[in-house]
Amino acid sequence: MSGGAFLSRIGFSVLAALLGVLFALPLIWFIFAPFNARAEMGLALPDPWTLSNFVTVFQNAFAVRALFNSLIQSVGGVILIGAAATLAAYALSRSTIPGKSAVTYVLLLFSSVVSGSAAMVPIFLIISAMGLIDTQLAVILVFAGGLLPTAMFILRDFIDGIPKSYEESAMVAGASPLQAFFDVALPVIRPGIVVIVVWAFVNIWGSFLIPFILLRSSEQMPASVAIYSFYSEAGTPIVTLLAAYALIYSLPVVLLYLFVSWRFGFRFFGGIKA
Amino acid sequence: MASVVFENVTKTFGSFTAVAGVDLSIGDGEFVCLLGPSGCGKTTSLRMIAGLETPSSGKIFIGDQDVTGLHPKDRQISMVFQDYALYPHMNLADNIAYPLKVRGESVEKRHGRAREVADVLKIGTLLNRLPSQISGGQQQRTSLARALVYPSRVYLFDEPLSNLDAKLRLEARGFLNHLQRDMGMTAVYVTHDQAEAMALATRIAVMDQGRIVQYAPPIEIYRRPATTFVANFVGNPPMNLVPVEAAHGDGQLLLSADGLALGGLPMSSGVATALQASKALTLGIRPEHLTVAAPGAANAIAGKLFANENMGPESLVTIERADGSRVTARVFTDDHIELGTDVTLGFSLEHVHLFDSTGARIPADGEMPL
Amino acid sequence: MKQFSLLSRRVAALFLTPGAILVGLFILLPFFWVIFVSFTNRTLLGRTALNPEFVGLQNYVRLFDPATFFTRGQFGSSLIITTEFVLLSALVGQALLGLLLAWLMQAIRPGLKRFVEAMVIGAWILPEVVIGFAWFAFLDYDNGTLNMILRGLGLPPGDFLLQQPFWVIVIFNTWRGAAFSMMLFNSAFASIPPSYFQAADVAGASSWQKFRDIALPLIRGHVVTDLILITMWTFNVFTPFLLTHGGPAYRTELLSIYNYRVAFRDFEFGKGAAVGVIIMLINLVLALIYLSIGRRKSKAEKEAAT
Repeated sequence: MSGGAFLSRIGFSVLAALLGVLFALPLIWFIFAPFNARAEMGLALPDPWTLSNFVTVFQNAFAVRALFNSLIQSVGGVILIGAAATLAAYALSRSTIPGKSAVTYVLLLFSSVVSGSAAMVPIFLIISAMGLIDTQLAVILVFAGGLLPTAMFILRDFIDGIPKSYEESAMVAGASPLQAFFDVALPVIRPGIVVIVVWAFVNIWGSFLIPFILLRSSEQMPASVAIYSFYSEAGTPIVTLLAAYALIYSLPVVLLYLFVSWRFGFRFFGGIKA
Repeated sequence: MASVVFENVTKTFGSFTAVAGVDLSIGDGEFVCLLGPSGCGKTTSLRMIAGLETPSSGKIFIGDQDVTGLHPKDRQISMVFQDYALYPHMNLADNIAYPLKVRGESVEKRHGRAREVADVLKIGTLLNRLPSQISGGQQQRTSLARALVYPSRVYLFDEPLSNLDAKLRLEARGFLNHLQRDMGMTAVYVTHDQAEAMALATRIAVMDQGRIVQYAPPIEIYRRPATTFVANFVGNPPMNLVPVEAAHGDGQLLLSADGLALGGLPMSSGVATALQASKALTLGIRPEHLTVAAPGAANAIAGKLFANENMGPESLVTIERADGSRVTARVFTDDHIELGTDVTLGFSLEHVHLFDSTGARIPADGEMPL
Repeated sequence: MKQFSLLSRRVAALFLTPGAILVGLFILLPFFWVIFVSFTNRTLLGRTALNPEFVGLQNYVRLFDPATFFTRGQFGSSLIITTEFVLLSALVGQALLGLLLAWLMQAIRPGLKRFVEAMVIGAWILPEVVIGFAWFAFLDYDNGTLNMILRGLGLPPGDFLLQQPFWVIVIFNTWRGAAFSMMLFNSAFASIPPSYFQAADVAGASSWQKFRDIALPLIRGHVVTDLILITMWTFNVFTPFLLTHGGPAYRTELLSIYNYRVAFRDFEFGKGAAVGVIIMLINLVLALIYLSIGRRKSKAEKEAAT
């Protein structure tokens, strides 16, 4: 490598390292505070390192309940989306219904236009009309509807890539369409479903606005709203509790991201095939 | 085993006619190849036998049963797909045994039967592997095993060898030949490879644009092609087709073309009929019936040497005529011929084929009408 | 004659039903309902909660009233803030930063690359409440990490959330979303055959020249796609609420936050619906642009392949 190229490589590395550090700065606090029994807003080394904050979290019924609620909402939403999107995507891919691709694009268009920010009023009114205000079900349903078009789009694309000869050969061998679907098609679609499920889970787990609008009582709040109420309520936030709680709350997302990028590479995050 | 009959079957996709009013009768135990270029309707026809496509009109019979509206699973048939359709999440044993699983057989019974068939096809040691872990040839045999594992009336093959390399293809072809004759299976086989059709079929149905152009045993197709299309499609290198101008005098047929020296041919009733429509005929002669002759030979065609390809067992000598068209001869010579030299290719009259202006074969007197 | 297909129409319709119901109820219905409500004076409480009256375009007229348009805390001001926010944090911030990061990633060694990527992506995938709180702590005037560093470097500390809240959310959102642009450009760069750059090296091109003359023109389509996508997302983003609640004094009240306040603090659903409709219209324009570009690109690809 020539001298000039060597220098520019060093320059790049320095710049990249600097940017990396800059990005890490706001998060450094999270490395220390959860393990610091005397944690405050400032950056301080724990002395000693302790897990007592986590114990406090698990002794706080409200906090634990909120985590549980997040889980209910995420798992419930994911089951609903997984089932509905798989069935719909399979139908769109394999059947001869006219206007299939138009339907997918129109739905995708609608789902990006009707965002949470734009539709908060009608969603509130619809859920009220259904008598579901302040229920977990409301959050599950709203998310299932909102995330479905993208999930269907991704899955349909995926299913289109599966040769029809799989199901055809199964049927020639004597399988009914439903047998062919369960024995042959579904197992092959499974990786796509896993991606959808992970993506939807992360979306619902991390969401704030929809539960914030639709839920009233503190027993129904998911962890996201709980954390928000912890630090935005009047008075000083209990930093030790917050730090540990936020870390616990972040854990599933980080683990899922690592899992997906280990298994699949980074292709589907954000709902976009990068 | 059963017979297969097409009764005036048509299949259209929107405005495109894939199969146009086809009648076809395949006998019990026959090996029939549907041969033709892409888009000729052969695959669509096969899929209609399987039930994967429904005819727009007409009927299909398997045995004596009208299966036209029947779901594939009720037809008692087997099919080998071009991409093998092996289920990636199942190992070979489960793949092969799947048709028996669908029929409710127990695990031991169906895996035992799968092993039997796998052993015959020499993949018995691979039963625990996944399709992704075996070679292309082994995948092809697995696909075949799955077709053989349960009793069927008709066996359908959709270009099953096209994804194999040349050497494997020959092996597999020989094996299929042996298998069909041994089992007496009724087989319908789609291919665009005329050599495959010639080697495997008891009868070949040559198809073009949705219609059957000729349906006859291979040697008949080869020796007496019904049209210039068939003549050109079957045979490698294809038959040389030379446009000629016909005249008749002294009860003889005189054909003339650039560089063509041809003695008089007997006038037959077929020729007389053809000439009433047009004097523009086509003369056909297969490369293996041409030899390098001396200039001025009696029945010969002349031109300048265009290419001389020595293939090993034979040479392909191609000449270019004055009008730019080419004629190829298959000869046994190691002689080197200079590019552009005048070359005369001779033939004997018994090997001459005649086609009328529409491309249809003109039968010689005494020849069975096609 | 019953046509064979892999999935009969009857079963297909059955398969589509659950999805259709969900989408119909929570995407299609809200779409039409929000338009409808925007023409009423509906509120959450009081007389007009039970008997909302049809008021035509009154809500829209009030939103665009020239007298109040630029007043802090009104629709016009929010629209302007949001537009500036999108321009700065998405178009300038995320896209440029993402581009820079992706370009750097091509040139540094894998260990460093993994570290930087992990940090950038971490900012993107962590739940929004967590990072809202992280920045809250980060910016704390007394003890926050940022002020700690500034004091350590001898620079004056600042109460940024109070004094430059707009710039805080711009930088915050840039930090939050740069990962997406970085990954998009990363894969765009990865699809350029290395021989292009090697040929440029042989010809003596500098890094900047390689970037400007080879990389940039080849990824132009991706740049446009990226810009539209992040514009759409940033336009609808609600996360800055977790940091500033739209304040102080409405200085960071993005349209989404304004919508929230009007509907759920002031309880004026009709007016909130009107805001929602306007947001949807803007989304629609952006989405249509995105789709038309996508269709044009795939048509060009199809023509190039023939």
